[in-house]
Amino acid sequence: MNQSTWDLFLSSLGPIVLGAVTGTIPLALVSFAVGLALALVLALMRLSRRRWISSIARVYISIVRGTPLLVQLFVIFYGLPSLGVLIDPWPSAVIAFSVNVGGYAAEVIRAAILSVPKGQWEAAYMIGMSHRRALTRIILPQAARVSVPPLSNTFISLVKDTSLASLILVTELFRQAQQVAAFSQEFMLLYLEAALVYWVICLALSSVQGVLETRLDRYVAH
Amino acid sequence: MSPTDLPADAAPVGVPAPEPLLRVRGLRKSFGTNRVLESIDLTVGRGQVLALIGPSGSGKTTILRCLNGLELADGGTISIGAEVTLDFGTAPVRKELTALRDRSAMVFQNYNLFPHKTVLENVIEGPIIVQGRPRAEATAEALALLDRVGLADKRDAHPFELSGGQQQRVGIVRALALRPQLLLFDEPTSSLDPELVGDVLRLIKELAVEGWTMVIVTHELEFAREVATEVAFVDGGTIVEHGDPKQLLRNPTQERTRQFLHRLLFPF
Repeated sequence: MNQSTWDLFLSSLGPIVLGAVTGTIPLALVSFAVGLALALVLALMRLSRRRWISSIARVYISIVRGTPLLVQLFVIFYGLPSLGVLIDPWPSAVIAFSVNVGGYAAEVIRAAILSVPKGQWEAAYMIGMSHRRALTRIILPQAARVSVPPLSNTFISLVKDTSLASLILVTELFRQAQQVAAFSQEFMLLYLEAALVYWVICLALSSVQGVLETRLDRYVAH
Repeated sequence: MSPTDLPADAAPVGVPAPEPLLRVRGLRKSFGTNRVLESIDLTVGRGQVLALIGPSGSGKTTILRCLNGLELADGGTISIGAEVTLDFGTAPVRKELTALRDRSAMVFQNYNLFPHKTVLENVIEGPIIVQGRPRAEATAEALALLDRVGLADKRDAHPFELSGGQQQRVGIVRALALRPQLLLFDEPTSSLDPELVGDVLRLIKELAVEGWTMVIVTHELEFAREVATEVAFVDGGTIVEHGDPKQLLRNPTQERTRQFLHRLLFPF
């Protein structure tokens, strides 16, 4: 690597990291939080004994998982305006990513709830708990432990998927890299640099996952 | 003298008949086309101990689960004391179900302790969260109960750190802490290693001596003989016969009971 490429690498690191800090990371965090709340509701709907309620959730999940995220983004940002609905880039991205996480994480949470032994529900009922209380105090804390690894996967995928938001004009990590690349014509360098920053973020997330798993595992035999 | 077939005032002079606490009439239950309970009648007097014995799949555990509302019967009534009656003929409302659970507490075969809570938290969860009793009072009572079963030093341990016998004693303490009128035991020692069975049975026997009213599903015939005031043999979803434990276990009147006891005593 000669001096000028090295200089470009260092000088572009600023805007790229800035894009990560002001775009990629908050976009992923907000979308994940909203998506997770949505996923919990959908998971409970899927588990409902009332057929029509579980059907709604089933159809939602099927559509979200059966269509590309990029298409969903474009429908919201470029499609809705033709119906008179104009949404800014940032909220469009948050909506699309939340809807998407909701669909995927719903199945994770549903499986985690089902993985808690039936005897736990029975013991909760036995001590007099209502369904809702049994769910929040006994079942969900145990389901949370089971769902940390798959939900971490979902989150890490989401962090990388936020790069798609560059296509609807959100200023985030990849869009910053693209702009420097277009200006300097150093495509290989800039795209590898963007990849490197994504990788570092994901490494950090993996270690957070590790800490979370150990914390939640402390009451379980190994 | 069997409390199941005689009203209280029919007891002969000199034998004080206990006031009935639990009354079950015409309890029926099917799973799909499989009729699990035909028509079960039971009466357990206050302070009495009823042992339910019978082959697996006979319906004895289903009876017990109906008593705690974990299984909803298709017909019949369950009453505890004078206040609570659950009529399965009319769809039982949640309020009645809650009242039934308020008055009975169950000890499970697989303990079913809450793994994410400590021993103490397992015991006080019901009293504090459900019954709304003051934390200090519930904690003091829980610690006294844990002390009594020799587990006071395990108060901050999680269930996985305990042996099966210790877990089951916590399960019993959790049930007692609810201050129930009726204790239900579903094969309380069936999951335990043989050397741990004794501790749990000894504790249940102590509770019987103290006058707790209990229904116990068990395969421990010797234990039933010693602790129960009455034994009922359940097979094919009906109570084939019931009566004094010493009498019934030694001299059953029904052929089915005889065969069952023989198989238990001489497994091979």
